[in-house]
This record gives sequence, C-alpha cells and structure tokens, in this order.
Amino acid sequence: MSEPRSYLAAIHPGWWVLLAFLLIYPWFASDFFTYQIGGYTLILGLIALSLMVLAGYGGMISLAQITVAGVAAYALPIFGENANDVLGLGWPEWVLYPFAILLAATFSTLVGLISVRTEGIYTLMITLAIAVSFFFFVRQNYALFNGFQGFSGIDAPTFWGIYWRDPTPFYYLCLAVAAFFFTATVYGSRSTFGLTLQAIRDNPRRMAALGYSVTAHRVYAFFLSGLIAGTAGVLLVLFNGRVSPGTIGVDIAVDILVIAVVGGLRHPIGPFLGALAFVLLENFAIDLIDRERFNTVIGMAFLLVVFFSPDGLIGLWQKATAKMRRRDTLDVKPTAKSTKEETQADLA
Amino acid sequence: MFVKSKLLATSVLALSLATTSAWAEDIKMGAIAVLEGAFAVLGEDSMRGVELALQEFNYTAGGKTIELITQSSDASPDSAVRGARKLVEQDGVQILVGPLSGSEGIAIKDYSKTQPNVTFVNGVSGAQDTTLREPSENFFRFNTEGAQWMAGLGEYAYNEKGYRTVAVVAEDYSFPYTQVFGFLEPFCRAGGSAPQDARFFVPIGNKDYSSVIAALPDDVDAIYVALGGADAVNFLSQYDQAGGDLPLIGGSITMDQTVLGSKGRTRDFVIGTPSAGPISDTWDDPRWQEFVAKYQEAFPDGFPSPSLFAHGYYINTKAVLLALEEVGGDLSDGGANFREVLANLEFETPTGMVKLDERRQAIGSIFLTEVVEGPDGNLLNKTIKVTENVNQTLGVDYEKFLEYGAVSRENPVCE
Repeated sequence: MSEPRSYLAAIHPGWWVLLAFLLIYPWFASDFFTYQIGGYTLILGLIALSLMVLAGYGGMISLAQITVAGVAAYALPIFGENANDVLGLGWPEWVLYPFAILLAATFSTLVGLISVRTEGIYTLMITLAIAVSFFFFVRQNYALFNGFQGFSGIDAPTFWGIYWRDPTPFYYLCLAVAAFFFTATVYGSRSTFGLTLQAIRDNPRRMAALGYSVTAHRVYAFFLSGLIAGTAGVLLVLFNGRVSPGTIGVDIAVDILVIAVVGGLRHPIGPFLGALAFVLLENFAIDLIDRERFNTVIGMAFLLVVFFSPDGLIGLWQKATAKMRRRDTLDVKPTAKSTKEETQADLA
Repeated sequence: MFVKSKLLATSVLALSLATTSAWAEDIKMGAIAVLEGAFAVLGEDSMRGVELALQEFNYTAGGKTIELITQSSDASPDSAVRGARKLVEQDGVQILVGPLSGSEGIAIKDYSKTQPNVTFVNGVSGAQDTTLREPSENFFRFNTEGAQWMAGLGEYAYNEKGYRTVAVVAEDYSFPYTQVFGFLEPFCRAGGSAPQDARFFVPIGNKDYSSVIAALPDDVDAIYVALGGADAVNFLSQYDQAGGDLPLIGGSITMDQTVLGSKGRTRDFVIGTPSAGPISDTWDDPRWQEFVAKYQEAFPDGFPSPSLFAHGYYINTKAVLLALEEVGGDLSDGGANFREVLANLEFETPTGMVKLDERRQAIGSIFLTEVVEGPDGNLLNKTIKVTENVNQTLGVDYEKFLEYGAVSRENPVCE
C-alpha cells in the first residue's frame, strides 16, 4: 500500500490541476478549440517531445523527427486505404497502426545508426539531409507515394461506436497518447537507461571508458523517440485526413525545432508549451496585425522568448517562480542545472 | 516538478485572447490565400482582387455589411484546410473565398463537404479535379482552370505555327500537369506528337537546367514551357546561353509580366512565343481597361497591371456579392437559397461573361496571346484571339472527357 501511495504523493498537486483542466477542457471549449487548437497542439507537442528526448537527454539535435512522423503518416494510406487509387493495401486497422509506428521507429533507428557517430552541427546536417531527401523522394515518386499530390481521403477509425475524428473523441485520443508518452518520458529519464543517456550526453568519453556502449545507447534513444514521433505521425494523418510532401517539408522540420527550443528542452512539458504557443500564434497572429506582417509577429515572439530565456518557456516559468520563492524565503537553492547548461551552450 | 498550476492561468489567458466579437447583422466573409513563402507576392495580389470587388460594392451587399476576415496558407493542402477550419469554425464565416494553389483547392473542396451550411467559392486555384471529379455541392469556381486556360493554343501551334512535334519542360506538380494536358490534348488530336522521352518535369524552384537542356532532342519543332516565375526566367536565360534556338510555346504563367519584365538577354528570343490564359494584359476591350484603371487607382503599390491572381479572386468575390444582392443578404436558411442563386449566376467580368456548368465550374473566355515588342521597347503579350465560352471538358462530352483519365506526366500519351 505504501509503495504506490508514495509515488502518487510525490507528484506535485499542480500536475493534478493541469490534468483535471485538460480533461474537462472540451466541455467548455468550442469544437475548433478542441480539435484544431487542442488536438493539433498535442500532436505537434508529441513530435517536439520526440526531439526533446533526443536533444534534452541525449544531446543529439535531429531535424528528421517530422520525417520519422512522415514515415508512419505515409504508411497509413499505403498499407491501409486512400482515395487516390495508388496502392492502398487495405490492411485492418489493428495491424496497420502498430505497424506504421514500428516502421517509423525502425526508420528512426536507421537515422540513429547513420548519425550517432557525429556530434553537434554534424548531427544536425546529416538529419537535415535525410529530411530533405525524404521530402524530395516522396514528392517525385509516384509509384509509391503519389508524388506532389500525396494521399487524401484517409479515414479515421470507428470503434466502440465512436468516430474518432469527431473533435472531442479525437482530443481525448491525443490527450491519452500525449499523457502516456509524457509520463513514459519522465519515468524513462529517471530509469537506468535515462540516467546513462544523460551521462553520455555530458561526457561520452568517460562513459565509454566506464564500459558503456555509447553508440548503442544513442541508437536506442533514436528508437524510443521514433516510437513517439511515429505515433504522432499516425495522429497527424487522422487529424488532416491526408498526407502530402507539404506535411513533412523542411519548413515543418524547422518548426518542430523551434517548438522544442521555444518550449524548453529541460523538461518533457516544454515541447507541449512550445506547441501551444506555436499553434495559437499560427492561428491568431493574423488577427492581431496586418496580414502582410503576421509572420513577423510569430518570429518576434519566438525571438523574444529565446532572447530572454535560453531555456525557453520553461525557463521563463522557473525564473518567475524562483523570484517568488526568493521573496518568500531567503533560503534559495539553485537547481542543479550545471550539466544542462552545457546542452544549452551546444544548442546556441 | 518545476511547472506549477499557474500554467493554467497562462493558457486561459492565451485562450481569451482568441475570442472574437461578432456583429449579428453583418455577413462574415473569409478569404484565404498564400501570404507566406514563395507565392506570397501572388497571394498579396489575390487579396487586392478581393478588396477591389468589396470596394466596388462599398463593403455592403443586400443591405448587409460585409466583414472580411483573411487567413494565410503556405500553399500546402494541410495549411489551407487548417486556415479554412479556423475561418469557418472559429470566426464563423458563412462564405469563404479561396484558395490560391491547385492542390489546396482539392483539399478545401473535400473539407467543404463536411460544412454543408457554409458556401465555398474558389480563389484562383486551377486544378482540374476540384470540380471535375467528385465535386462538392457547396463549392463554386467562377474562374476557369489550368486546362481551360490552354484553349486554342494547341490548335494554333499545329495549324498556324505548323509545329508537329514538341518537347515539354514543366514543373512537377498538379497545375503544370493540367496545363500540359490542356495544351497537348487538342494538339495531339490535330495530329501533333510529344514523345514521352522529350517531356521533362523539374521540381519547383529548380535552378540548374543544364541537364534538361542537354537532353532536349533536336528533332522537335518547338518546346512547350510550363514554368512559373523564377523557374521560367532561369530556364529561358540558361537555354539562351546554351545557344538554344528552338521556338517556344508558353504556359499561362510562363509568359506573364513577371517573366517578360525581367532583365537580360532572354528578351529577344521569346518574341513571337504564343501562350494562352484567362487574362491578356493588353486587351483593348473597355471592360478590361476599366478594371485595370480601377486596380491601378486602388493599389498604387500593386503590379503595373492586375495579375491573373487578382483577376481570379476579383471575379469569385464579385460573384458572391452579386448573389448576396439578389437574396437580400439573407443566409438564414444556411445559405441554400444563396447557393441556388450562385449556381445560376451569369455575369459580366472584366474578361467577358461567366457562367457555371452543372458541377459549378466556370465557363468563360480564354485569351490566345503572342509576345511582341512594345512601342517603348518592353515586351508585351498581344491578344491574338479571344475564345468565349470555354468549358471544362474542352468541348467534348463529360463522360468521354473522364475517359481521358486524370492529368499526369504521361497524359495524354501522344506518341
């Protein structure tokens, strides 16, 4: 009895409030806010989370996360059904979705195998090259990927009598998936593997000297992040009902990096915060300002966040709470961030 | 844990930013165009077309004030649908004008089927399948599309110019496919040919055409070029530098002012190039001249002459306003009556009369033009011929036209 209780008691009450808010959110939000803001934020947050796992814990910044999601996204119409008369093997959904996710994770592992022996900017370049070549490949290949037009008419499943593209069910589906991967990431970061990965991030040579296989750990991190990105890719297709090269373009790859960095790479909540900011700006910046300039607003907002807080939105939050705490008591302990700052320096 | 429940406060604040005020009496109209990325300049001119039509009606129709809400997409179908969804589901627009690009149009048409009470009117997107296959009850297109735009060009190239075999250089996506189809279909029916190994499809934004130019066969009479903007300029200047001397035939956005106005030696060898499209800059008809004058007056910082993008959005918006006048601004029945009026609308545009077919696709005028040197030395498109009442099936039966198959790199085969 005491064991699980202590687990739950260790969770800060703020998280329960957040969870409760997210659960009742569709009750008062409009369909638009439930689906396009809520659902899309969670999907983008998941893809950015897969990057956060690599970059935050592993020190490997990959620009190919949207490509990994894209592999799962394309697997759906190719092995499932589409309205374009190109392939569409019609596999049943219970095989299709796990297969798509595993395919994406395998692809991510391959990306890992290619890029883990590099560091910093070279990892970035290799993964960028993979993202660009996959983008052009799907755009020019008609036999398999239906080229520029891509696939449309990809339907969401209906089970338990629920059509899962309806706003509220879709939102809860995304929320469940996001909550699962969020807790898994928090748990994983404190597991033996997670701690080893963070140690490798901080000093790969020392870890190698201690007998750890640096490469194997990094590749496995790529596999795990591929599971997250692949699942997000499946959700993305269900969300859009279509997939085309524009879904996985290089601009989107950069968006994912922006989301992760703006949100903050130090905690798994960061990518979701970044995604929320991104989706709100993408939808509403045009209402705030002259439509010729709205992209400037988006750019400025992100610039300001990164300028004032290299740790992204999480960093801003922590600064604010640290200040309040300082006002309460003089006994302030700086959080252990020395190692994390090195990652940030790498990022900068 | 670092993040506290105050996160809630932040997100609630962010949400409240988004609430919009609504005037019960107004009619909300959304407009969506590409305002970011490579096509942003075209998207801006599109919005000028919308505003020009609204200014003409003083932002009122049928006694109601029109509130215009704009949205941008990035030319990808996903972003167009997200933008449309925001306008329809969040801003509550009853009428949506747009989008700009071909594949976006197909995606918006699919989306329109899920919103039966909202009326969707195209912007300028020119993919064939938006209205040809599985059309949507509440999607209207008052502009002609990519294959229609080529009307008369294939026959002209075969009969007047005497070309029998052509090579093709085009960008690799749906709109150029549609244009290639629109040109080749009548050209080949007349007896011409376009061998498959003389068709070159390049990615958008391609810079280096040397491999394409080297592979161009010598035994063709002309090259049909369906490239837009910078791609056209790059190809033309590189072809000229490589010593190419084959005559050219241009797509609708290949021989327009953005290309002809560019500096360099390309100029001379494009003189005499025939082309076709929904507008002709130099048409001396008073309706067109009046439109150009109004455009220049309203937008001193716009293009010297309205582009086909401004023109397309203008006539689509004008159709909406005319139909609204007729129903007295009454959309209380979910717009059913309004759409009935739209479907039967027939009206005068700067380029002549436009009406819709049974799939709500425009039947309109197409201009056959040829590049000439103007009096002050700049290059212009001279109007050779105006073909009125060009329909989507290019004069053949709907059923028979469907048998030609969807547009693609290989369609028509035409060996």
